[in-house]
Amino acid sequence: MLPKTSELISDKAAGSNGDALLSRDETLRLYRKLLLARLCEEKIQQEYAKNEMKTPVHLGIGQEAIPVGVCHALPKDTQAFGTYRNHALYLAMTDDTDGFFGEIYGKSTGPGKGKAGSMHISCPDKGLIATSAVVATTIPVAVGAALAARYQKQDRLTVVFLGDGALEEGVFWESLNFACLHQLKILFVCEDNGLAIHTPSDRRQGFRSVQEAVQPFRCHVAGGNGSDLMEVVRATRSMLGRMAEDSKPGFLHFSYFRFLEHVGIREDFSAGYRRKPTPEELERLDPVIQFERKGFSSEKEGAQERAKIRAELTGKVDRSVRQAREASFAPMAELYTDLFA
Amino acid sequence: MPMTYRQALAAALAAEMEADPSVFVFGLDVPDHKRIFGSTEGLLERFGPNRCFGTPLSEEAMTGVALGAAISGLRPVHVHIRADFMLLATNQIVNMVSNLRYMSGGKLRVPLVIRAVIGRGWGQSAQHSKSMHGVFAHFPGLKVVLPSTPQDAYSLLRASVRENNPVIFLEHRWLYDVAGEVDPELPASLGEPAVLRQGKALTVVAASWMTVEAMKAAEVLSRRGVELEVVDVRTVAPLGEKAILDSVRKTRRCIVADYDWTFCGFSAELAAMISQRCFGHLQSPVERLGFAHVPCPTTRPLENLFYPSAMGIIRMAERMLGLPESDLSQETFYSYENNFKGPF
Repeated sequence: MLPKTSELISDKAAGSNGDALLSRDETLRLYRKLLLARLCEEKIQQEYAKNEMKTPVHLGIGQEAIPVGVCHALPKDTQAFGTYRNHALYLAMTDDTDGFFGEIYGKSTGPGKGKAGSMHISCPDKGLIATSAVVATTIPVAVGAALAARYQKQDRLTVVFLGDGALEEGVFWESLNFACLHQLKILFVCEDNGLAIHTPSDRRQGFRSVQEAVQPFRCHVAGGNGSDLMEVVRATRSMLGRMAEDSKPGFLHFSYFRFLEHVGIREDFSAGYRRKPTPEELERLDPVIQFERKGFSSEKEGAQERAKIRAELTGKVDRSVRQAREASFAPMAELYTDLFA
Repeated sequence: MPMTYRQALAAALAAEMEADPSVFVFGLDVPDHKRIFGSTEGLLERFGPNRCFGTPLSEEAMTGVALGAAISGLRPVHVHIRADFMLLATNQIVNMVSNLRYMSGGKLRVPLVIRAVIGRGWGQSAQHSKSMHGVFAHFPGLKVVLPSTPQDAYSLLRASVRENNPVIFLEHRWLYDVAGEVDPELPASLGEPAVLRQGKALTVVAASWMTVEAMKAAEVLSRRGVELEVVDVRTVAPLGEKAILDSVRKTRRCIVADYDWTFCGFSAELAAMISQRCFGHLQSPVERLGFAHVPCPTTRPLENLFYPSAMGIIRMAERMLGLPESDLSQETFYSYENNFKGPF
């Protein structure tokens, strides 16, 4: 079974940069961010067996277009909250591969000095306030940040990323209810891979569709193909426009395909809980391949620049990994610091 | 100035809200006509609905909302009319509130107060009577405060609102009617037990309502020539060990009178600490008093057996001191029929 494949591989957005959604410069910047996330995670796949990265990793290969596209469309001072599948989000918000690998290697150079690891990595200075390894737990915290913005009379937007499994947690509905009751400036982004670890949505959810379930609340609801970066950018911009018009919260639902196992670096199609897509399907579900095709008017167009970006990013990732491996661990006294302010 | 405990709570909140516009108070029933037994009285009128408001019945999300507001620079005070309802928010308290600063490598600050009322009287039963100070103090990253006098209700609540860390602030329902002198200028800091009564015979280390019971026991025994020393822990986390240890080293005997179950509870922690650190000084093993190890029953006769009391402290002290049981038939012990008018 391949959950929501029909939705995922729809062709409706093919060749859709014709409407000049993105400038040339933007296209390249987006490509850079998308590829950076992919290359970082491929690097983790290559290095993980050395057992130096002692942190569980929930890789987002297939997911990258959602955080990259949403963050691209967000105003600069947005506060973001995320889940444990947060690598692309962290990199989209910070572009900081040194801090990223520092944290993954558990070194003092990570933003959490190794105390956070992959599952809790954050960078409040750059707007990624918190991520969490317990499903749905950052959702009410994001709502609180949005309430604080209202309280402080600031126009700041809050965005919170959540998985489809979060909709089965009571706290999601509690949080959505409160945000809609107070009409807070918050955007919920559901990254829907149709799986909660290994269990597909249709064995977990008693509602017809995610968007339909959220629809009765006083917020805007929309969605799209999360494997298509341009569609994510377009849907996010459109949502932000609607939110600006009548000051309602927004809920965006993007489907995507999780290429790898829930946690870890491998494919797990042989486990039998889902069908392995065909090579053609996999291409359509791969946001990097899709953007290379749709973001540029021809195969040749931008090929040179793309190659240049890839080379540059590969060097950047390699340097950061080298640096992280050589970096020191936090001193032992760090065990007891940061508990209280 | 003289104040009841409930007035002291409201006055402390008003003082902090006046001093700092980032302080706000919210929770179920906070602005309704009963005002959490009067402890949020006057706040809505004085500070408006943006700073004093009610919430949906969503304890977990509201705790997350408080956390989100706290890390955004505000100082929320989230109120639960029963501590038991806080259990609905345990995930946020234990997985997020207590951890977030540490997980962020010290980048986030969590100035958040969670007030909760410990119920008793009128058959509060198993779901309206828990205290759980030991449970929450067990988790690193939380501070836990249990004021037992109007002065402490005032000073410690003000200190808690000014804390840059999460504080669970537990208020016993029976204490709400206690009146006493409150000096608004008297500073207090978390982690300092108070020696409420000096004595040489034995130290009673008490928490929350048991402080009142311990003082009653001390008064009764004093008339028989036995002087108990009563130490009110005031905060469970951080725990002011020195004042407790100094007292036990002086009296060489100790009863821990806790307002909770003894098994795996705060009283066990205290007894272990005192036994280890005062080993050479102790004349007898540290003894403990707490709830009977059952859910709290509703009916009064069983409820009386469930709760530890002044009588229990007196009998335990007599055994430890090798004294015969004194005749208590002429003593008047606290009875909620006389003092507690409800509702609730």
